[in-house]
Amino acid sequence: MAEEAPAIVLDKVNKWYGTMHVLRDVTMNVAQKERVVVCGPSGSGKSTMIRCINRLEVHQEGRIVVDGTELTDDLRALDTIRREVGMVFQSFNLFPHLTILENCTLAPISVRKMPKAEAEELAMDFLRKVKIPEQAKKYPGQLSGGQQQRVAIARALCMKPKIMLFDEPTSALDPEMIKEVLDTMVSLADSGMTMVCVTHEMGFARMVADRVVFMDRGEIVESGTPTRMFEDPQTDRLKLFLSQILRGH
Amino acid sequence: MTMPGNSAPAALHAPIDARDRPPSSVYGPVAWMRANLFNGWLSSGVTILFGYLIIRAAIGFVDWGFLNAIWTVPALPNGNPDPATCRAVRGTGACWAAVGDKWRFITFGRYPYDQQWRPGICIALFLSLYVMSAMRQFWRKELAFIWLGILTLIGVLMWGGVLGLRYVPQDEWGGLPITLILATFGLAFAFPLAVFVALGRRSTQMPAVKLICVLYVELIRGVPLVALLFMASVMLPLFLPSGMNIDKLLRAQIAIILFVGAYVAEVIRGGLQALPKGQAEAADALGLSYWQKTMRITLPQALRLVIPPLVNTFIGFFKDTSLVLIIGIFDLLTSGKTAMSDPTWQGSSTEIYIVMAIVYFGFCFAMSTYSRSVERKLDSAHNR
Repeated sequence: MAEEAPAIVLDKVNKWYGTMHVLRDVTMNVAQKERVVVCGPSGSGKSTMIRCINRLEVHQEGRIVVDGTELTDDLRALDTIRREVGMVFQSFNLFPHLTILENCTLAPISVRKMPKAEAEELAMDFLRKVKIPEQAKKYPGQLSGGQQQRVAIARALCMKPKIMLFDEPTSALDPEMIKEVLDTMVSLADSGMTMVCVTHEMGFARMVADRVVFMDRGEIVESGTPTRMFEDPQTDRLKLFLSQILRGH
Repeated sequence: MTMPGNSAPAALHAPIDARDRPPSSVYGPVAWMRANLFNGWLSSGVTILFGYLIIRAAIGFVDWGFLNAIWTVPALPNGNPDPATCRAVRGTGACWAAVGDKWRFITFGRYPYDQQWRPGICIALFLSLYVMSAMRQFWRKELAFIWLGILTLIGVLMWGGVLGLRYVPQDEWGGLPITLILATFGLAFAFPLAVFVALGRRSTQMPAVKLICVLYVELIRGVPLVALLFMASVMLPLFLPSGMNIDKLLRAQIAIILFVGAYVAEVIRGGLQALPKGQAEAADALGLSYWQKTMRITLPQALRLVIPPLVNTFIGFFKDTSLVLIIGIFDLLTSGKTAMSDPTWQGSSTEIYIVMAIVYFGFCFAMSTYSRSVERKLDSAHNR
């Protein structure tokens, strides 16, 4: 970690919605190939934080540096970062008017200027990796939630990002579909991708995370390895949170 | 939702057995009539009353429009038609002979009689343009050039002055071609204008552009079209330098474009507003530029959402072109009204109104039928 520049740096990031302080001095580094799971109660700012990393939300104070480029109002820097950072949303956000294949090839063709045939080959590769190549000609509305989310992952990967952000990727899924998405994410983690993942799937965190970050009321309360965090929580807030989600399971 | 490996037991989806079909007392035309027309005393009474009124009106119309109608009249010694037989049946039978005599005037207005084949071809060109634009296999870039080519050709045919065609000044044009010109050019220019205004009004980056768009929409919407047309025809020339004279039709056309643009912009903005925010965010996250995002993701979906109100606006505006009557432009309605004032055919205005209503209805009904078929096609294609 010392010799390589970190993939993501958040340095005293602050954000307000009107007068509501949603991110308070959030400071966190994510190393290359590190897998970080962010958890916390709803409204704790974890989604806002992850959305600041590719500037879907704009922070007001502090520095965010992604892959060596600082996020500012400079549009070119933003374009560079968005090319390198893939994102998967809670509600999939596939483009319903495009086929699965077109969903995957749109950005490589129009942003990376990749020839169509090459982009389609790449897309089929990733669709095979998420195990749904046979759905390529269908429209998103014809797929199940789990399938849609796997397409969304493939779509993000088609841009060959260095970093992947997951914003509660399994929260909108029926229980029987969560596993297929998590399996996809696990194999992605195994391939050495830098990942930041907001999720409540503690099993997933245990299996792949190098580090778990616990947020509450806009600040990072505690962070550490999954084993340490789950078995030996230091703060009362984390203890309370763990007892609540474990009761739910 | 189809999910391989997770489908319900086959029996659930098996076709219904014949004996499982509901009996005819709850299903079929007899049951439908009982449920909807004769459901109790009051309902039966209303059904019978309205059935009687409808049948009476239909009989009256058939009597007037067909059985007692005069289709042709003999010619007078001087070659003019003799309206005597029509006058004899006035009130009890229609005089379609008036329409037969006047149809060329109604269709082409005061366009020189021997040259009327030119606007005739123009009407055919317009219709083929509509049909082509409606067919999906023509939805490609070349269509823009076809539009440009056909509209140029229409201009050449109407004006003449080249290729051995006699020059016909614009104030001699009239009838259906004028209506189609106003409607087609109106839509062709108002639609892109509306897209830009809708996008501009939603802009967060450019407050000046947003302000201009808001002002444009609110100012234009706050004024009736009639007032706008008056301004274009009477006031605008006062402000222009004395030598400069913009064609009256063009001025009306611009007024119509501006008017329709404001309404269509609001319809499109409604569609953009209705899209889930996640669509734009996903496009942003993939690194698409603003225009890539707009042209490929948000606008196509927004337009699909607003097909019904969009067609509603188009239909309303197609009929609104008839308001140019008040500034003396000879569109279909104006030439129809002028035809009615012919002393020979005094009292035949109903017949002419009916024919014009049929023409307007034909265009509007075609639009709404087409829009419904597009909606159905898009629905089944994307299975949303």
